[in-house]
Amino acid sequence: MTARLFLESVDPWINWDWLSTHIPLVLGALGEHVELTAIALATGLVISVPLGVAAHRSGGLRLAVLGFFGAFYTIPSLALFALLIPFTHLSGTTAEIPLIGYNVLILVRNVLVGLDAVPRDVLDAADGMGYRPLPRLLRVELPLALPSIFAGLRVATVSTIGIVTITALIGLGGLGSLIDKGLVENFHTPLVVATILSIALALVADLLVAGAQRVAVPWARPV
Amino acid sequence: MDFLGLVWRWLADPAHWQGSDGIPARLVEHIHLSGESVLIGAAIALPAGIALGHYGRFGALAINISNAGRAVPSFGILVIAFQVFGLGDLPIVLALTALAVPPMVTNSYVALREVDPDIREAARGMGYRELAQVLRVELPLAVPLIMAGVRTSAVQVVATATLAALIAGGGLGRYIVDGLATQDYVKTAAGAVLVAALALATELSLSGVQRLLVPRGIRLLNAPVAARATTFKVA
Repeated sequence: MTARLFLESVDPWINWDWLSTHIPLVLGALGEHVELTAIALATGLVISVPLGVAAHRSGGLRLAVLGFFGAFYTIPSLALFALLIPFTHLSGTTAEIPLIGYNVLILVRNVLVGLDAVPRDVLDAADGMGYRPLPRLLRVELPLALPSIFAGLRVATVSTIGIVTITALIGLGGLGSLIDKGLVENFHTPLVVATILSIALALVADLLVAGAQRVAVPWARPV
Repeated sequence: MDFLGLVWRWLADPAHWQGSDGIPARLVEHIHLSGESVLIGAAIALPAGIALGHYGRFGALAINISNAGRAVPSFGILVIAFQVFGLGDLPIVLALTALAVPPMVTNSYVALREVDPDIREAARGMGYRELAQVLRVELPLAVPLIMAGVRTSAVQVVATATLAALIAGGGLGRYIVDGLATQDYVKTAAGAVLVAALALATELSLSGVQRLLVPRGIRLLNAPVAARATTFKVA
């Protein structure tokens, strides 16, 4: 205890000795963080593209989807985790439902912006060339909406990585568990390392998505 | 009794409506922390964003500050502020203010940039001085998007203030954090309902304020603010 107190009085922001002996712990947390994020993004994308296409067709559905997910997006993540615990318990599902819901709002909105912006002339030309509705959607409309969808994916990626840190409070891993460790043990190193890694992960993931956009949509440079 | 019934009973229990851990006291703490942070943030962010937008300088900075802000984990920043400044409201307000600034800077920058150059020129031709031009011509046109930024910030600050309970702060997050610690999930869910209601009320009341602030003619001009406002969620 005395040693602990003595250490606290000189606790540096990063204790390199601790870090060098705890690399597996840090990498494990980073891996869990990436996994939680990837599930939330992939599922969000799988739901949002068809939902966005459907909402683009029907004005009523558009209002309903934007209204519902808009309200959902307003609710803080910790509140949603807390509300879900009695039903889905301290599990990955409890963490993913809010994360996916937030991503659906961001992505559906960008699918709609992208589809809305497809010029009437282009659609007429596609119809004139004999495209049926489904091939027209898949080969003309969605490719033209891709830059907007990628822009949404970048925002969703960076936001999700930040919010995943909060899932540690419901007992899931990820970098948030190191922040929590720093808080509970009053020890700076895991806290600072996890915060820096979370920011770095967000920036790297943002660059990766921007790179993917360059490959997928070479005609529209990401900003 | 089913779970929702238990949560309702908790919320309706008169014992939870009095004292320093009562709902009114926690609500006042939550609004106090959030309001203070949003006001300080606005005092910093709005003049900065408006000036950058008016002069059209440092656009990359004004736009990217929101992206950088999204990348900062709110939980980490709160705990770091707690480690630096110790117990009390100071670390909470500082961390919340830091999170409140980015969307307000970005949106006010974009709002001022979007003012039609013809309108600026007409104002100058009519003899408006620079300050009068900003205050009486550009700002009224920019209000919808600026207010969207204030609303986004306020909702995020209210959301993040929930985490303040983790660093021994007050606010409605207390019920969630204490409930989790004692596995009293009824209390946790009751706190979550209160927090969610406060976040939605913040969003709705600021939409009302926005409606009041925007001149009617301009309301007709630019309807789809939501599509142009920056998306920002950190908690």
